[in-house]
Amino acid sequence: MTATTADGGSLLGAGPGPGAAARDLARTITRRSNRVGEKFAMALITLAAVLSVFITIGIVASLLLPAIEFFSFEDSPSVVDFLTGTRWAPTFADASFGVLPLITGTLWTTGIALLIAVPFGLGAAIYLAEYASFGVRRVLKPVLEVLAGIPSVVYGYFALTFVAPALLKDILAIDVGTYSVLAAGLVLGVMIIPTIASLSEDAMSAVPSAMRDGSLALGANKMRTVLRVVFPAAISGITAAIVLGISRAVGETMIVALAAGTQARMVAAPDQPGQTMTGFIAQTATGESQPGTITYDALFAVGLTLFVITLIINVISIRLVRRFREKY
Amino acid sequence: MTEGDPSTMSTGEPTPDAPGELIKPVEVPAARKLSATAPPVIECVNVDIYYGAFRAVSGVNLAYGNHEITAMIGPSGCGKSTVLRSLNRMNDLIQGARVEGVIAYHGKNVYDKDVDAIELRRRVGMVFQKPNPFPKSIYDNIAYGPRVTGMKVESMNDLVEQALRGAALWDEVKDKLKESAYSLSGGQQQRLCIARTIAVKPEIILMDEPCSALDPIATGKIEDLMHQLRDDYTIIIVTHNMQQAARVSDRTAFFTAEATGGNGARTGRLVEFAPTEKIFSSPAQQETADYVAGRFG
Amino acid sequence: MASMGELAAGAVAPLRAGKNSDRSPQSILFLIALWVALGFAVLCLLTLLIDAVLDGLPRLDANLFTQYASTLSPETGGARAAILGSAMVIGFTALFAIPLGVAAAVYLEEFADGERWWNRLIEVNIQNLAAVPAIIYGMLTAGFALAIGLERRVVVTAAIALALLILPVIIVTSREALKAVPSEIRQGSLALGATPLQTVWRQTLPAAVPGVATGTILALSRAIGEAAPLLLLGGLSFVTYDPNGLLSGYTVLPIQIYGWVQQPQVEFRQLASAAIIVLLLLLLLMNAIAIIIRNRYQRRW
Repeated sequence: MTATTADGGSLLGAGPGPGAAARDLARTITRRSNRVGEKFAMALITLAAVLSVFITIGIVASLLLPAIEFFSFEDSPSVVDFLTGTRWAPTFADASFGVLPLITGTLWTTGIALLIAVPFGLGAAIYLAEYASFGVRRVLKPVLEVLAGIPSVVYGYFALTFVAPALLKDILAIDVGTYSVLAAGLVLGVMIIPTIASLSEDAMSAVPSAMRDGSLALGANKMRTVLRVVFPAAISGITAAIVLGISRAVGETMIVALAAGTQARMVAAPDQPGQTMTGFIAQTATGESQPGTITYDALFAVGLTLFVITLIINVISIRLVRRFREKY
Repeated sequence: MTEGDPSTMSTGEPTPDAPGELIKPVEVPAARKLSATAPPVIECVNVDIYYGAFRAVSGVNLAYGNHEITAMIGPSGCGKSTVLRSLNRMNDLIQGARVEGVIAYHGKNVYDKDVDAIELRRRVGMVFQKPNPFPKSIYDNIAYGPRVTGMKVESMNDLVEQALRGAALWDEVKDKLKESAYSLSGGQQQRLCIARTIAVKPEIILMDEPCSALDPIATGKIEDLMHQLRDDYTIIIVTHNMQQAARVSDRTAFFTAEATGGNGARTGRLVEFAPTEKIFSSPAQQETADYVAGRFG
Repeated sequence: MASMGELAAGAVAPLRAGKNSDRSPQSILFLIALWVALGFAVLCLLTLLIDAVLDGLPRLDANLFTQYASTLSPETGGARAAILGSAMVIGFTALFAIPLGVAAAVYLEEFADGERWWNRLIEVNIQNLAAVPAIIYGMLTAGFALAIGLERRVVVTAAIALALLILPVIIVTSREALKAVPSEIRQGSLALGATPLQTVWRQTLPAAVPGVATGTILALSRAIGEAAPLLLLGGLSFVTYDPNGLLSGYTVLPIQIYGWVQQPQVEFRQLASAAIIVLLLLLLLMNAIAIIIRNRYQRRW
């Protein structure tokens, strides 16, 4: 490359084309190998990401196939009867497969849970986002994280051995039995407080401080500023938090399996026992039913119903979160 | 390419070094004899660079000479860094970036399908604006390039020493090669990045405002280093500091940006490319004269 | 609202007037309400912990760790099989979930073009998987095991179910950790002629390890407390032997607890409480490790 010969030249100038030395150098940047190993590794990585899609497909298939089979037995209900029937008795001699009692049970426990989790969760979120000093936050945020990390079976134990007999019966003198949707729902509510609190706090912390300053500069006090400015500005994030809390409450299994009861019936009052969709799945799954029987397939029909309900809730939540991310 | 005499073109001709006077009017060191017809190491022919639909640079024709230091100067947004990053295809990493025209490395278009951007970057190294050592030891920072490029190295220790000496850093770090690169000062980190680059034995070193994060003393050291490196490498430097361009470079390319389209989008354009001495003393274009004088007076 | 007198007082101490509006009865009630909300969460946590500890402390003895579960003598029975089962299932869960989760995170964060519809599909899909009820993963794995003719009540199915369950969490936290590595590091590596994969493997990923490890440990601590999916996968078996491999029958701590809580005798409840203490201590340990890693090794760029 040191010798400049007559054939050296530039594409820009009128000179002759590149010399042999230059051609050798030019060749150094062309592909040396196919990097087979790299391509293989890249394919594996891509496959890992694509696997998540196959998991979803797998979920749908593993629920749908037995669910279809469920509707094809001799004594199967029609889809309409399944969705609108009010008697759920899969193991009885005169079996009946109306899923409404299970949905009612789920609605009760979820509703009671929200009555607890929304006010307490939002209160905690407002305090942490707007009032708490740095030191207080440093102590209280971990408390919420610990609460979020407690296994649900421990909450179930708590509902069955403390909330129902001691708190509700002895202290509050409410006439509940061992099992009730009330006890299960209350503890379910405690379980989803951290979900609602931490996501709502994120949403409120994301509100620009200029909005607060503007309100305070107009003479509004802190409470008004929080309730009239910050809270409305964060509303889509807060809604998303509540929706995600609902999704968790609907899908939670261990608390309701332990504390709500095992009788599938149209629950009319909170002190009654009842069975939720997840409670039924847990009970039947641990029983003796074998694949290929209608009882086993009923599990998957209920599972599919549960999946579709939570899917709808999740899609709403994802949409809401996206909207509040876009805003700021 | 209008000046000089082909017969004097040689590698590593010693140059009178400008002393690192820092705050002083632009003073161009006595020019090296530059070759007019020597084949360029790398050149741009009618290069347009787009980000998506936005044209960042248009119509650039530039030839970078062997063992020369070429400076690219101009106001911010004029596309000088964009051109620099297209030379070793670092632009590939930006989504939507697209190059039209030819960028030829020894006559081979680097955007040809059969060109491997990775091999290209081994030949065309790059030093960035902010020193970016890896979170590893000084030694491992140097050894990283040879290791990943699969260079056949007889003694890694020797190579590390050679690279650090090449970047005028050896004496300062020889006793702490195993320490984290983050323990070095900013200027030392930048020289480490240069050492890291020369350890893979590239032909060309691209420098993207390499001194903008450094203090004047560290800047002076890097500029001295560039003069030494010219013996073995071709250097292309983007700088916003005209004195620096005048001090270190053999040729200077002046870019500017002008509004194209109604939405305030500005497209960069090469105004003038000439030996540094000429750019700073008797530029052919009025725009160049204004910029060189205006920024300075 | 302010009378002349108050205004006059305000002239002496002008800041008072501004403060007063934050001390109106409404404001104070509001603040008390917020305190109650937070206090409620703290109170619940304390009650739950105290309740479990009081019930379980008498049974927190050596038998708990060395004896198998017994239907006849809960006074001396233990959770040996469940503790070992939890350890083994979580070990395999980590083995399955970590490589997959980190690989998917690397793809999405380092290579995927977010404009492409299939990459967006993968992202939304992962968001959705994170919120699918845990028990559904049990049903998926049960169906999968049935389809490929695998015994459904063994360690490997349990580990697969839990790995699928925590995969979204690992992907999301690993992506956050990768995102925190500055792009200068990547560019420096690529400019030296390293391939994109070499860059990820030797620079980006090592720099992200503390974040990935923290997220992974937290995800595994969720898996170790999870019982619902294993109800469908034979977790509730009566096991009086040590699990000894992928195809071994097994039980795990949360399911053992579930089984014991359902028993009417008070001795079983005590046993359940003791097992809960063990489980909570295990979680505390895992969280402590995660926090130590986060504080000690996390680099601030």
